[in-house]
Amino acid sequence: MLIKKRQRDSAEIPSSSLADIAFLLLIFFLLVTTIDVDTGIGLVLPPAPQENQQPPPIKERNILNILVNEEGLVLMDEEPTPVGQVKTKVKEFIDNNGQNPELSDSPEDAVISIKTSRQTPYSIYIDMFDEVVGAYAELRNAAAQAEFGVNYSALEEDSPAQEKIADMYPKQISIAEPDPGEGE
Amino acid sequence: MSIHFKKKSAGTKQEVPTASMPDIVFMLLIFFMVTTVLREIELQVRVNYTQAENIEKIEQKRLVSYIYVGPEKLGPNQVGETKVQIDDAIIDDIGEIQGIMADKLTDQPKLIVSIRMDEDSETGILTDIQEELRDANALRINYSTKQETQPGGN
Repeated sequence: MLIKKRQRDSAEIPSSSLADIAFLLLIFFLLVTTIDVDTGIGLVLPPAPQENQQPPPIKERNILNILVNEEGLVLMDEEPTPVGQVKTKVKEFIDNNGQNPELSDSPEDAVISIKTSRQTPYSIYIDMFDEVVGAYAELRNAAAQAEFGVNYSALEEDSPAQEKIADMYPKQISIAEPDPGEGE
Repeated sequence: MSIHFKKKSAGTKQEVPTASMPDIVFMLLIFFMVTTVLREIELQVRVNYTQAENIEKIEQKRLVSYIYVGPEKLGPNQVGETKVQIDDAIIDDIGEIQGIMADKLTDQPKLIVSIRMDEDSETGILTDIQEELRDANALRINYSTKQETQPGGN
């Protein structure tokens, strides 16, 4: 004769509603998530000047002064320039390597000094700034292509290769202090 | 007397196995929990982004702190003077920015300050903000812009 096995109540927590709970949470997070990526022009400001510290002397030829007035007109080293040509002129200035005595000695020495009037519209300032950043991007790309055969952005972040190119064309953008006589 | 018909049934089960469904859902849930940045703040100033070509993405959103600059929203289609907003509050005194940013910098040493400025605002206020940031030693900044739709435009 067979002895019937006693059926016991299962001691488990009912988990059939687990999926429902998880779905509920999932839908909540789906709704509150924003997957838009932030984009913008990155920049590192120079540290605040120490008390009684004179700005380091820079040769006149190594500074490219860009002035933007309240009407959005751009002046580059005393010369009126349309915004669309800023990039070409900046590239010329940086990549001069001492050929033209008016322009920079070498890319390492070149400093772009940007000065705006207080009433300059932000959009024009960004357009001009974009051109300057674009000039550096193109020069770095060209150098990376010549050196490694890839674009600058394709190089690994913080790798020696990327640092080498960045050191060849260091971004030296000075944003002049607002009060007159302080800049340069 | 009734005849009982035997129900015909296929030999195999016809259900989709749902035992792993909670696991899948949990996996998705965890993904969304990790990527979510909660607490989108309410803008009290109007910000129309400018466009630029040479932009970069900010990958680590957690490092970013935003400064909004633009004309204050007063009502529908009505804007007032240019104001600065950090987090939820409008900052009336530009000089306060240094303290606020210095505090944020102690919490997050790799802080990136993203400036979201209205395209019609004037750069004078931007210069003031940058001076404050320099004093606070928050040097990594980012001008928030959108990708230019037509490259080479302008």
